[in-house]
Amino acid sequence: MTIDTTTPAAEAVVTVPGRFTRDQVGWTPHLEPKPIADLDERDHAGLVDRGRASSDYFRLLVRDPEILGARTRVDKDIFYNTDGGLPRAERELAATAASRLNGCVFCASVHSRFAAHHSGRPDDVQRLLDEGVDADLGERWNAIVAAAVALTRTPSALTVDHVRRLRDAGLDDLAIADVVHGAAFFNWANRLMLSLGDPVAPQ
Amino acid sequence: MTAFPPDVIDELAAVAPGSALDTLRRRRPVTREEAQESFAALFVPRDDSEVSLAERLLLAAFATGLAGDDDTAAFYAAHAARVDPDRWSVVADAAARAAAPGPFGRYREPGLQSESTDGVRWRAPGDLRAVVGDRLTAALEHAHLLVVRPREADAAALAALTDAGWSVDAVVTLSQLVAFLAFQQRVVTGLRTIAEEAAA
Repeated sequence: MTIDTTTPAAEAVVTVPGRFTRDQVGWTPHLEPKPIADLDERDHAGLVDRGRASSDYFRLLVRDPEILGARTRVDKDIFYNTDGGLPRAERELAATAASRLNGCVFCASVHSRFAAHHSGRPDDVQRLLDEGVDADLGERWNAIVAAAVALTRTPSALTVDHVRRLRDAGLDDLAIADVVHGAAFFNWANRLMLSLGDPVAPQ
Repeated sequence: MTAFPPDVIDELAAVAPGSALDTLRRRRPVTREEAQESFAALFVPRDDSEVSLAERLLLAAFATGLAGDDDTAAFYAAHAARVDPDRWSVVADAAARAAAPGPFGRYREPGLQSESTDGVRWRAPGDLRAVVGDRLTAALEHAHLLVVRPREADAAALAALTDAGWSVDAVVTLSQLVAFLAFQQRVVTGLRTIAEEAAA
């Protein structure tokens, strides 16, 4: 659905999504990405994967290639490292919870799909999107969402009680640290996605 | 020679070599190393022609000072003081006065209108602008927006930065800097809280 935006008249009217969704949401940048033809070796090092050159988001961020490269390697390790700790589904849950609180409909769409896929619990993930961060998802997921949300608030509201609740729910130190890093990383990612462009409604 | 510690998160979270927290961080060596590389990319930049080190540290002192009166904020304030002794205290004082809870903000998504909330939409006072100038003032106002109401960040907010003289490349760097600090400050808080719980 199309709504009026307050963006300058020169900018195309953007069709924002209606609400949080697991559907494929698009993204359009406010600033010009670096043209593909202009990418040099330093830029490709920042992009990490050559395939990322096809993304407007990454070609905008590659205007500062060193921080993009480090950001991307942090991102991949926090979410894809399989050496113990929190299962992938629950790292994605922490990412979704942070994105839900901050209001990043694009990030929430991507990571709620991952959370639903890896957990096999699409209805619970959808409840987080529909009802918000107080949705009842069962104690273990409630504890993860509560910790991710508390850490996401400004100033941070994370306390020892959140950590104890995670421990009581069966998380070890490494899994708890994975919750912290998954939620903290999305406080980085959400701020880039929300400010450098707009989400575009699923077609 | 750099004035920064070899691992900033270890420094800020008081991670002692061989401690439980140190062992925990070293279970994720890539995250540990690349979080430090991220810091270095922003604060020991290969190219500081678009955004100077003083501007980076003043912005960092402001952004972290808004989000908490903690070790992370103190670290950036101290480094801002070292690099820009004339302006850092005005910026740090402004952060203390501008601190506000978040995240809040209006939603543009039609189905989320009922979740829109209000809070402090900060504009720099004239005395701050007089000291730091229009260019840095625009960056500080943008940092406040990103820290406490990121869902209201829009094309007009970026236009305010380019209108104030920041290049498109600089806008990317400023955005990464404030967004990275939202990560780093929370990792430090999380690690400290894990250690507190273990000690309790």
